[in-house]
Amino acid sequence: MEWLYVLMPIAGVKIFWPGLIILGVGVGIIGGFFGMGGAWMVTPGLNILGFPMAFAIGTDIAHMAGKSLISTMRHGKFGNVDYKLGLIMLVGTVVGFEIGAQMIMWLERLGSVEKVVRYLYIILLAFIAWMVFHDINVKKRKEAEMRAAGQDASQAVGVQWHKTFHAIKIPPMVHFNEAGIYCSAWLPIFVSFLTGWLAGILGIGGGLIRMPSLIYIVGCPTHVAVGTDLFEVAISGLYGAGTYTYKGRTELVAAVIMLIGASMGAQVGAVATKYIKGYGIRYAFGIAVVGCILSIITKLMAKGMNLPFLDDVSTAIVLVTVSSLSLYILLKFIAGCKKEVAMKAAKG
Amino acid sequence: MKARLYKLFTWCMVLCLAIPEFALAAGGGKIENIVIVADTRKFTGWEAWWTNLYNESHLYFALLTIVLIPTIGVIFGVFADFLMGFIGIDLKSRDLADH
Repeated sequence: MEWLYVLMPIAGVKIFWPGLIILGVGVGIIGGFFGMGGAWMVTPGLNILGFPMAFAIGTDIAHMAGKSLISTMRHGKFGNVDYKLGLIMLVGTVVGFEIGAQMIMWLERLGSVEKVVRYLYIILLAFIAWMVFHDINVKKRKEAEMRAAGQDASQAVGVQWHKTFHAIKIPPMVHFNEAGIYCSAWLPIFVSFLTGWLAGILGIGGGLIRMPSLIYIVGCPTHVAVGTDLFEVAISGLYGAGTYTYKGRTELVAAVIMLIGASMGAQVGAVATKYIKGYGIRYAFGIAVVGCILSIITKLMAKGMNLPFLDDVSTAIVLVTVSSLSLYILLKFIAGCKKEVAMKAAKG
Repeated sequence: MKARLYKLFTWCMVLCLAIPEFALAAGGGKIENIVIVADTRKFTGWEAWWTNLYNESHLYFALLTIVLIPTIGVIFGVFADFLMGFIGIDLKSRDLADH
């Protein structure tokens, strides 16, 4: 079974290469579907396969850049990418990220970085999960009320916090055509600065935070939030890939092997958004966030209670979340494709 | 008035772009990073060339990464597109984006 393992030239470790392809495909599907890079899933996955942590992070970012780029191209053809919005947000993201990274160095000098980052991560993810499920609950309640009143329940939407933010009219006011919104340019800049700052502190790409922010604060439709977020991830991923490789912490052979699976998986995930409504995507996203929270809490318990087996449990939670979500999306993709091809055959 | 506000907005953007330099200056000085050296003795052919390139210049290695990653991503992504188009999936449009 020697042929199943390949020696990585830079990291100097032997890696089970089918595991790289499986991880790449799974995260590619999820990334193309949700508009996330997937760092919180891939980095522990690579660490389990045998990579030292610094190489796991660098390799993940490198593959994420390629996967996000192809997903952005796919979403762009569907009209899901608002490039104007993405470019305006890029400035805030980069600035916020850099300030977040510098704050980490300051916290490191104080000796408080682990505590602050851990608890901030849990609080943030819990808030995001609450926001998503609260939104779904509000929508269900409004649907029931509209049905009871004899109205068309398909028009019901959940929380609409973005309407409050859109009412703040600080010039310059900008039309974002693909997103279908008209708001102050300072809103996406402020949101991207905040999400970039959080991403800088937590050491992630930011899609996990930026995608729901685009929906709930900026007011993008779900599909446009996914596509525009991927555009941001592609650019920040390319920058991250360059910087980590320059620091010598990228195993490019592994990144390429993952990318082969991820770039095809990302296409599947992106096309699957055609077959699932906006709220279906949000619901699945909420489940992904809950999986992430459980994984982090288990890891904290492993350290705090000195129970090393909980480290394996934490990793298992991440892998189960990745596998089950990507399988769900793949099945929806296959069902949607069958229906579309059958409809075309019936017409033709 | 509009022109003044646009000018103010442009200056604020320029200031935002300058902030990373201040943040970097506050970073607290240069630190020495651990340098990893790849073991080239185990490799021959293109792998030996690859590890030697890494050892000799991280800059060239980084440039190669920035070129290779998007290229490979696009090649396999386009291949997946071709397969899906061959099956008969419409890759150019979707229903109106709902919330």
